[in-house]
Amino acid sequence: MKFTLSWLREHLETTATVDQIAEALTDMGLEVEEIVDPAAKLGSFTLARVEHAEQHPDADRLRVCRVMTDEGEKQIVCGAPNARAGITVVLAKPGDYVPGLDVTLSVGKIRGVESHGMMASEREMELSDEHDGIIELPSGEVGQRYVDWLAQNAPDKIDPMIDIAITPNRPDALGVHGIARDLAARGLGVLKPVKQANVTAGFDCPISVTIADEVAAKAPFFAGRMVRGIKNGPSPEWLRKRLTAIGLRPINTLVDITNYFTFDLNRPLHVFDAARVSGNLTLRGARAGEELVALDDKTYALPEGAVVICDDKGVESIAGIMGGAASGAQDDTVDVFIEAAYFDPIATATAGRALKINSDARYRFERGIDPAFTLHGLDLATQMVLDLCGGEASTVVTAGQMPQPDRAYRLDPARTTRLIGMDIPEDQQRATLEALGFRLEGDMAHVPSWRPDVLGEADLIEEIARIVSLSKLQGKPLARPQAGVPKPVLTPLQMRERTARRMAASLGYNECVTYSFIDQPSAALFGGGQDAVRVENPISSEMSHLRPDLLPGLLAAAARNQARGAADLALFEMGPVFTGGEPGDQAMRITGLLVGHNAVRDPYGSRRKVDLYDAKADVEAILQAIGAPAKAQINRKLDVWWHPGRAGNIALGPNVLATFGEVHPRVLREMGVKGPAVAFTVNLAAVPFPKTRTTTRPALDAAGLQAVDRDFAFVVDPKVEALTLVNAAAGADKALIQSVSVFDQFTGLEDGRKSIAITVRLQPRDKTLTDADIEAVAAKVIEKVQKATGGTLRA
Amino acid sequence: MDDLTPLRQLWLDRINSATDPAAIEEVRLAALGKKGEISLKMRELGKMTPEERQTIGRSLNELRDEIDAALRARKLSLEDAALEARLAEEWLDVTLPGRPRPRGTIHPISQVTEEITEIFADMGFAVAEGPQVESDWYNFDALNIAPEHPARQEHDTFFMHREPGDDRPPHVLRTHTSPVQIRAMQDQGAPIRVIAPGRVYRMDMDQTHTPMFHQIEGLAIGRDISMAQLKWTLEEFCRAFFEVDEVELRFRASHFPFTEPSAEVDIRCSWEGGQLKVGQGDSWLEILGSGMVHPHVLRSAGINPDEWQGFAFGIGIDRLAMLKYGIPDLRAFFESDLRWLRNYGFAAGDTPSLSGGLSA
Repeated sequence: MKFTLSWLREHLETTATVDQIAEALTDMGLEVEEIVDPAAKLGSFTLARVEHAEQHPDADRLRVCRVMTDEGEKQIVCGAPNARAGITVVLAKPGDYVPGLDVTLSVGKIRGVESHGMMASEREMELSDEHDGIIELPSGEVGQRYVDWLAQNAPDKIDPMIDIAITPNRPDALGVHGIARDLAARGLGVLKPVKQANVTAGFDCPISVTIADEVAAKAPFFAGRMVRGIKNGPSPEWLRKRLTAIGLRPINTLVDITNYFTFDLNRPLHVFDAARVSGNLTLRGARAGEELVALDDKTYALPEGAVVICDDKGVESIAGIMGGAASGAQDDTVDVFIEAAYFDPIATATAGRALKINSDARYRFERGIDPAFTLHGLDLATQMVLDLCGGEASTVVTAGQMPQPDRAYRLDPARTTRLIGMDIPEDQQRATLEALGFRLEGDMAHVPSWRPDVLGEADLIEEIARIVSLSKLQGKPLARPQAGVPKPVLTPLQMRERTARRMAASLGYNECVTYSFIDQPSAALFGGGQDAVRVENPISSEMSHLRPDLLPGLLAAAARNQARGAADLALFEMGPVFTGGEPGDQAMRITGLLVGHNAVRDPYGSRRKVDLYDAKADVEAILQAIGAPAKAQINRKLDVWWHPGRAGNIALGPNVLATFGEVHPRVLREMGVKGPAVAFTVNLAAVPFPKTRTTTRPALDAAGLQAVDRDFAFVVDPKVEALTLVNAAAGADKALIQSVSVFDQFTGLEDGRKSIAITVRLQPRDKTLTDADIEAVAAKVIEKVQKATGGTLRA
Repeated sequence: MDDLTPLRQLWLDRINSATDPAAIEEVRLAALGKKGEISLKMRELGKMTPEERQTIGRSLNELRDEIDAALRARKLSLEDAALEARLAEEWLDVTLPGRPRPRGTIHPISQVTEEITEIFADMGFAVAEGPQVESDWYNFDALNIAPEHPARQEHDTFFMHREPGDDRPPHVLRTHTSPVQIRAMQDQGAPIRVIAPGRVYRMDMDQTHTPMFHQIEGLAIGRDISMAQLKWTLEEFCRAFFEVDEVELRFRASHFPFTEPSAEVDIRCSWEGGQLKVGQGDSWLEILGSGMVHPHVLRSAGINPDEWQGFAFGIGIDRLAMLKYGIPDLRAFFESDLRWLRNYGFAAGDTPSLSGGLSA
């Protein structure tokens, strides 16, 4: 919402400066976004008089002038045709910044003649586009500041423009009068009342209006009247200037008047050329297939049910949004029909959205204009038409009932104080509301008709708070809920997330945060991409579906990094994945991705390609860190984006805690990632939480007797899994065998079989083991392994 | 028994002329071994008279101890010499790099979220969570944003697909963390103090906007929690978060449908060479929106607004991270450029704490 200071002063008697006004507006919730103050750039320029001007010796079009300034006579070379002795000019001295040229002056030599400054044109001062010559002032003294002269003689030229952001609850501030009301309530001046019109009706309005029942709720009230015998054409300069100052283009007097009322009093109007209206006007719902060429010369398919204003020929205007081109006022309009109506905010918003028309009228109607001002506004507009265009006004025709909103809420001054935490005396609270137009009856505050947003007691408190000023609010301590050391607040899952994240980082992974939505083909590769997780209005096709997994985002990140030349990557992300489109269809995961090599090249040969055992080590470290049980199964019931032979799930029965392994080569190809690539994913919530919480550690089991290690090597079929072998060996004597671990594997045997070497640690409890004891256990280990795997002890 | 002096000298000479541990061992056996010269002499003591035994015995014992000590000393010195010789040989280029160890990083959003959580946890705020696909009731209606209200349009909402025949209003990607207020109050009732960090979504993408970003919601409901306490809470938060001794906040009236009165909050700051300094200077920087929870919101969550009142606020996490750590471009947060992650990320061990300092 833009306005100028002089415009504001039509509604507010004030001596406040632009800065004071701007500060108050922002403080009251009408946030100033921009102030354009033409005077701000002109402070250094002073008036001077040309004493003498003569032809430049070396240039036809230049003159050498002797100019009297506040610092004495100076020589200035000037190219303006009107530079001559005797005129009063605007002087820019060396060191001054000239806004229109974007240059800081210095003493110069022009064709061999020194010049100590310049005499400015309006364009150089950024006051207008005028550049035919330098400014000649009809009055003024040498040395007087140019801004002071302007303020006295041509304030329009330096009228500051203020642009404020209007929150959706403040339709009343979409007119300059409403802004003035807030400022007056704040104490920055006195609000001038809206003028009364004095229109005499000379004839009966020949156009009648009806509102069809079907739209009675959407268009409760319509008023209009004809003014005949007018002369349209360009509007007067003051009006054109006002509109231009806030960025509107003057069209003709009638249209300019409607725009003026929109911004001045927040009273949108429409003007029909009565000669182009056939018969009477009817408000009804648009029917399927109807179209209108609107004032912007675009053809709109009208949404069924939207309120339209029709004559005998058909639709002429879309209520509260935009008029039609055919019946709009033209330069040659002689008889005008002025419409002032009240349309329902929701109906206007719905129609406006469907039409995708953003007009000043729609903007106001959908926020809610003052219904009580309809007839008064029509009268004032009529008055201005009569004043500017002449003619004769008809009687007013109306249809429907003007809404008479009368809501009242109880003002509880004690509650205001309690809620805000600032002592505001009751009489100040009441006075504030009254200044805003509320009518107080006892403790009931009646809401003014221009404030559709005030819908409860809390709104009264807000009005008081913002006018009294929240910037005066002093903080008051908020005590802890319980005195003393605060308790921990994180849930076990939240703690687990922190732990897993920091563990992943300490394992060397860089944390990424990627978008929750990805492209459909990528989602489909990971079992997602269904309609249920589709975003109906995505910002691009790259972000159309909620991600079913964290891997696609990381793979895409890997591909981007590879394109930038980073070949070795360790990336991870912790975040939600989406299993469906309902609230709650989401799960917290952590996924890590290793691509390329494990390390840079070094003198020790550390560098090798990453493989699934890297991913496995990392996932085991994270699982251990978050308290997963040490003994879990590994199965191969894999999702399709994993390599079918080189990946595994870590599971407790059917409950999959984590997956690790190589990413399916086809997925890598589709996602443009150069392998090798291994990954892991932990389903954080799937890991069981401890049932009871205790700080007591299990007692240390430090046996007094020395443990004995025995190594075995078994030859087994190539697809026998090491874990089967280890579990079989461990089962040989559960009391004595403390651990079994694989320490070697050899796959190159001639019959295609492989050798797996394990070490079995025996921990005696009550007596030292004899050779016979050890042999007995060893025999049992061999027997168990043989039975479980068909393997034989390697010779 | 004759004088032992020559014997002593003989053995000491032999010990001193031994040049390696094996030679020392040889000397030891020859002198003190079972059949060593000194051992044999001691065995002869048995044949002597008690008087002889007393004088000669003592001398022999002394001799044995002396030789033994000399042997040990010589052995140690030889070992030392051998070690010195070895050390002189053993030389590695210590300027070669250590074995590579990858350096992981924590994303600034995670780090800053933890920082914020630490501060509010100390003030008694728990961490609440909610779904990111939200019903329009939780995201809008419950928060006093009516279906046709222009405020709803200003949210630039992403809508989820609706199957034909499913007449429910489409779900949305939550446009703010405020719906978690409702869910938390429904779960826990009043009094309540929670913060709710997380991803939020708006249909906006340009120089300074990304379609996903992060907010942290704050909610405190009690019998008499006031806007003045909101201001104090935010002052304390900003002081702790920006790690300065003093902050100055300015409350500007504003409008949010779910709070009333509402205020946008600016912080006093200065910009020097592009670096933000909080608590000093002549600039004001808008950092968050806040207000007193609207009675409609309390009622939506089943809390009686005549008995309970309190405040709520919403802060952009990404923006706080940018301000505190001088990170220039929001879009880069989500691009996963390794160079960016390494430059702006935090070490795994940099866990923020109040005792050690958030960013120390």
